[in-house]
Amino acid sequence: MKVSKKDVENVAVLSRLKIADDKMDKYLEEFNNFLEYVDVLQKVDTENVKPTAHVLPLQNVFREDVIKPSLDREKALANAPEKENGYFKVPRIIE
Amino acid sequence: MEYEAVIGLEIHSELKTKTKIFCGCKTTFGAPQNTHVCPVCLGLPGVLPVINKKVVEFAIKAGIALNCTINKFSKFDRKNYYYPDLPKNFQTSQFDLPIAEHGYVDIEVDGKPKRIRITRVHMEEDAGKLVHSGNTIKDSSSSNVDYNRTGVPLIEIVSEPDMRTPEEARAYMEKVKAILEYIDVSNCKMEEGNLRADVNVSLRAKGTEKLGTKAEMKNLNSFKMVENALTYEIDRQEEVLEDGGHIVQETRTWDDGKGITISMRTKEQAQDYRYMPEPDLVPIVTTDEQIEAIKKTLPELPDARKNRLIKECGLSSYDAGMITNSRAMAEYFDEVVNKGADPKLAANWIMGDLSKQLNAEDKTIEDSPVAAADLAKMIKLIENGTISSKIAKKVFGEMWKTSTDPEIIVKEKGLVQITDTGAIEKIVNEVISSNPKPVADYKNGNAKSIGFLVGQVMKASKGKANPGMVNKLLKEKLTQ
Amino acid sequence: MDLHKKSAYELHNMLAKKEVTAVELAEAFLRRIDNLDGKLHAYITKTADLAMAAAKKADAQIAAGEKISFLTGLPGAIKDNICTEGTKTTCASKMLENFVPPYNATVMEKIGKENPVILGKTNMDEFAMGGSTENSAFFPTHNPRNLSCVPGGSSGGSAAAVAGGLAAWALGSDTGGSIRQPASFCGIVGMKPTYGRVSRYGLVAFASSLDQIGPLTRNVTDCANVLNAIAGYDERDSTSIKADVPDYTKSLVEDVKGLKIGLPAEYFVDGMDKEVADSVHKAIADFKAMGAEIVDISLPHTKYAIAAYYLIAPAEATTNLSRYDGVSYGARVDGEDIVEMMTNTRTAKFGNEVKRRIMIGNYALSAGYYDAYYLKALKMRTLVKEDYDKAFQKVDVILTPIAPTTAFKLGSIINDPLQMYLQDACTVPLNLAGLPGISLPCGVSSTGMPIGMQIIGKPLDETGIIKAAYTYEQSKDFHKNIAEVSE
Repeated sequence: MKVSKKDVENVAVLSRLKIADDKMDKYLEEFNNFLEYVDVLQKVDTENVKPTAHVLPLQNVFREDVIKPSLDREKALANAPEKENGYFKVPRIIE
Repeated sequence: MEYEAVIGLEIHSELKTKTKIFCGCKTTFGAPQNTHVCPVCLGLPGVLPVINKKVVEFAIKAGIALNCTINKFSKFDRKNYYYPDLPKNFQTSQFDLPIAEHGYVDIEVDGKPKRIRITRVHMEEDAGKLVHSGNTIKDSSSSNVDYNRTGVPLIEIVSEPDMRTPEEARAYMEKVKAILEYIDVSNCKMEEGNLRADVNVSLRAKGTEKLGTKAEMKNLNSFKMVENALTYEIDRQEEVLEDGGHIVQETRTWDDGKGITISMRTKEQAQDYRYMPEPDLVPIVTTDEQIEAIKKTLPELPDARKNRLIKECGLSSYDAGMITNSRAMAEYFDEVVNKGADPKLAANWIMGDLSKQLNAEDKTIEDSPVAAADLAKMIKLIENGTISSKIAKKVFGEMWKTSTDPEIIVKEKGLVQITDTGAIEKIVNEVISSNPKPVADYKNGNAKSIGFLVGQVMKASKGKANPGMVNKLLKEKLTQ
Repeated sequence: MDLHKKSAYELHNMLAKKEVTAVELAEAFLRRIDNLDGKLHAYITKTADLAMAAAKKADAQIAAGEKISFLTGLPGAIKDNICTEGTKTTCASKMLENFVPPYNATVMEKIGKENPVILGKTNMDEFAMGGSTENSAFFPTHNPRNLSCVPGGSSGGSAAAVAGGLAAWALGSDTGGSIRQPASFCGIVGMKPTYGRVSRYGLVAFASSLDQIGPLTRNVTDCANVLNAIAGYDERDSTSIKADVPDYTKSLVEDVKGLKIGLPAEYFVDGMDKEVADSVHKAIADFKAMGAEIVDISLPHTKYAIAAYYLIAPAEATTNLSRYDGVSYGARVDGEDIVEMMTNTRTAKFGNEVKRRIMIGNYALSAGYYDAYYLKALKMRTLVKEDYDKAFQKVDVILTPIAPTTAFKLGSIINDPLQMYLQDACTVPLNLAGLPGISLPCGVSSTGMPIGMQIIGKPLDETGIIKAAYTYEQSKDFHKNIAEVSE
């Protein structure tokens, strides 16, 4: 076992997800199977290999500082689950 | 035990671009809620960011002005955390390759110079604004979100923990503000949140090296808040330590009304931002030539200007520092001097009566009712003897109230100094004849009594007689 | 007249020659959707009204004697992760069940200029995560060649629609094989263009550095024509390539003489169906017979590609999907406070596979594991890319299988995520390297299911792979083998 129930719970908090108690065992098993599989990567020496985050050799892609029209507020709020006076409304925030 | 505070600042400054960092929405302050938004800054599914060229230019400018090394290869990263003012629930920021690193600014507190090192300057997007239904975030049953500020470009300037007192922290922030104003990359309007600081502070026994546990206070948007919050927090930590307690690593809120810091709920889990390279943006590569070209566009910076004022205008280090701390004030000073006023007198008036009035009415020098040209004129009236320094104070008061040309004030109110020898002689003669005792005293060797006689002459002239001439004439008459 | 059996190219010519009207065409396809989509479930949202309006407009253009573009009046389908202004874009997720984008994806603007007839938005694995379209939150799509089999995925709805004659052409997206594999499973042609060739603006992101939009069509000619309509630089996509777009139909020539085709042994993975391997080998022999030169090559890091892919893609996905939190759009499930609301929303509205990948991604990015997993995977990505760079010094294109098997039965491996991931062995390496690849039929299994092969090109060499694919296609009859789904 590479990860524990506690690890999975921590990742769930980071993911804003809840894992039901009765699903935890299966989750753990799958998670560990997966991690075991990706361990094949550890067999390869990558000490002197540079990571590739982008495949394209692109750089310095910019836009000019020119104003473009914004959305109408109606349109901006059209998909909001809840709105109030032109604002998006959300439940109580506890810091 | 004697403690020493260790203070570091993260200063966030909004850049004064026309549009947001990754989209074409306007950045203007004070628009109705959710009207400066588009699919990109709302973080709708499918949208992609494109970097505003001006943001990079401004950030490089700031980096150079803060004596940093500009990284030739820089990139954006995603900083992951959930908050409703952050539509994507990650902030596009910079992690391991910020645009600029390893800089410093020099400050002066109580005449002592000190260098504060700057760790890094990076670019990122601002978050939106939350409006709470209750008085504070915690006692509100719901909150409303306005995304107008979401995506406004920011630079974050991170200092090393080089400050030891609240005064140093304030001086550092003032200096950074001055520099950003000079290079014209930020409006620096603190009341609009253009410039704000996250401050962290820890204590350690004086003379020791090891850092203590720090507390952080976020989003302080005035110099006074920075100074007051630090003063309070240092006292608080000292008390805790003196009582044998431990400092908890936490974020605390500064309650400006009550003048105290309050603990926010400590998170059970340490914040894990899970930074990763932003796959939707490509790296920023800067050449030496580009850096040189930007360097050439920089104006004279506060320190250089200060040195120039000391050298060329003969100002004291303190005066020169005060004047150059604000670009607007330095420009005002330059204009007064360029219009022909004596620099030292100009400095005295700007830092004296003018600053006093500005502070009293909570105005900035940009809103001064006394134009630089008029102040220069007034100083010249003093220099050429038209008015005395004392009268000048009256004239200045009028100028402040009515924004009128000082020459007109002097003429209309009849404040011109009497320099006509005949007129002064007449008053002197009258004073001598009506004050036999002081005259006798003087003649008997009591030199001090001439002061009384001068005062009488000035009084009789309603302050308009030229004091130098009065003195001279009196002495002549009494020694005859 | 069996209009649905004709290729897009044939239909385009019929429209141009006024042998059929766009309205007739639209009606024929809409009727087929009405009759058959209950069996196939290729569509999530049908846009009959918009389709008819576009068809009428196209007929007016044709009647006015305007020179029409390839897509004018041509009935097509759009994968439901491509944003369509005013039309729901759900990503086959409960999270976006009612989401109506206020903007169009760049590809929609581009094809919009040609006034195509859009029949609807097609089913997919939720947020494009999956290879069978069984991860749709709404319903699985069935393979028109055999209704008990999956159509592949994640662009399974688009593939089934085209193969089943419910659309003349379709757009899909490919992050790890999501166009090529369903094309292969349904016996049609699918292409993943070079990363950056087609704008991603408006494609709901799964894994940003891997995603690419591409065509699913009846044959290579249609593929070249649709690619013409969608390719090109876009200033709204910072990863878009600023390069001229050739007319891909110019590559529709039969000529592979002297073409150096690389054959990597590593792609014939363990557990590959013999029938699949045999069909690909047969195709290689055919190419040789047509004058191509076959070169054995090695892409040694292929076996690590899945592991790298299944760390990189979830890591990017986890941040891309953080925005679905119930705050400003999408579904919301109430909670006592903001954290609870976000957690309830995400827990209830994301499907299992999406949640699994979010969890993996967050694990791979979290403090203490970043170097061992995410960074390691990015380094492996470099090695995979370098393998191709080396190979392409020796060969012009690379030919491989698409998937280890033909379309599998619905429900057969959906409960074994790792087994599902292993199906992607031949397709994910291209995404890691950003290379273009085309999938086209090269055989039929003993059970009558299509077998596909993949031709991989150098960056921006869509022309080269179109030419090779076209030459092969014209020498066979696979593209004339139309799925029979009876009404």
